[in-house]
Amino acid sequence: MMTELAGRVSAQPFFAGLPPAMILQLCAYGEPVTLQADRRVFFEGETAERFWLLESGTVALGLHVPGHGDQIVETVGAGAVLGWSWLYPPYRWQFGAVTRSPVTGIAFDAAALRERCDADPALGYALLLRFTPVIVDRLQAARLRLLDLWGAPGRRVAP
Amino acid sequence: MSLPAVPVPYRIAARRADTADTVTMELEPVAERLPAFAPGQFAMLTAYGVGEAPISLSGVATPDRLVHTVRAVGAVTAALTAGRPGSVLGVRGPYGTSWDVASAAGHDVVIVAGGIGLAPLRPVIEAVLADRDRYGRVAVLVGARTPAELLYPDELARWERQVQVEVTVDRPAEGWTGPVGLVPALVAQAGVDPAASVAFVCGPEVMMRFTARALIARGVAAARVRVSMERTMRCGAGWCGHCQLGPLLICRDGPVLDYARVEPLLTVREL
Repeated sequence: MMTELAGRVSAQPFFAGLPPAMILQLCAYGEPVTLQADRRVFFEGETAERFWLLESGTVALGLHVPGHGDQIVETVGAGAVLGWSWLYPPYRWQFGAVTRSPVTGIAFDAAALRERCDADPALGYALLLRFTPVIVDRLQAARLRLLDLWGAPGRRVAP
Repeated sequence: MSLPAVPVPYRIAARRADTADTVTMELEPVAERLPAFAPGQFAMLTAYGVGEAPISLSGVATPDRLVHTVRAVGAVTAALTAGRPGSVLGVRGPYGTSWDVASAAGHDVVIVAGGIGLAPLRPVIEAVLADRDRYGRVAVLVGARTPAELLYPDELARWERQVQVEVTVDRPAEGWTGPVGLVPALVAQAGVDPAASVAFVCGPEVMMRFTARALIARGVAAARVRVSMERTMRCGAGWCGHCQLGPLLICRDGPVLDYARVEPLLTVREL
């Protein structure tokens, strides 16, 4: 079971380069999951105790806007990791998440893994190296969307 | 033989409104016919009495006809898109470098388009599909601001039956079930071997930069990432220097350039 899970984790680019021993450590906190479409994964503001490595399917991240319902800000798909709020205090989801299609993946007990990382800084550092780019990518994407790249050319805005 | 700086009259033979501000036109010569255009090359289209704008080839209808997709963003392009079948436009060209699609034979192909950038890439996609066996896996990644601004929905549906097509929008509308986000994020979804891939990228320059970085981070060689650059083309023939980017004149040395060559120039501030 663990070997099969380790194979699935290793196959994902997100964990590329992680030593086999660390993969096994990680898998001690993981379990395979399947989620139906349109299923709420978590709500904004809830305690962030898990994260998911998506092998197939799509999940929408969004916010509930009073008067406008749930607004999608981004979708994440196969190969992506869902959830990084478990890494940093206050350990609460910044956005909500709902599956847009059936999802298969691996769910990790992030709260327990966080404790393990506290005790094993090498593992913690290896995970940080993989999660930080996720945060950076999403920050950059948000900034680019603020620029509204599709606007008519020639509109110059001084920095 | 006409003078190269004198527009040749072409008549609008067919016109299709793609979105609220974008039109695809098929142009046929009134008398003289210009040399054949290759995908990636551009024409200087003249709205008589208004001005000229550089517009890439966006399709191949018949050998006699030029296909251009124009988005109304200024006075000239607004006048061009206002043309109706029977109206006469001026055309100069063909200018610039082509995508050189055939050189990607034997490789996987990633085509990444942002907004109106899908227009110059449409003939690339059609060329690959017309000669499908010559290419490996093919992924078409498309981004737009909103679903209503997506170009060529019928073609996207047709392409999706033959190759991987992923479409994302920045701002979803009611009923949109596809991905939400920027097109560079789709690069991770491309089902290709990055080390064996050739990429064709067109869209806003910042989008191309981030897409190229994402492709290169996945393992696509920078020299195999082709981008279509846009600067203020005027003469189209490398005479006037309006489209200069460092040592390059985009109208002559581009618009299609490999990213390894153009990347160092993209962060140089203009005077």
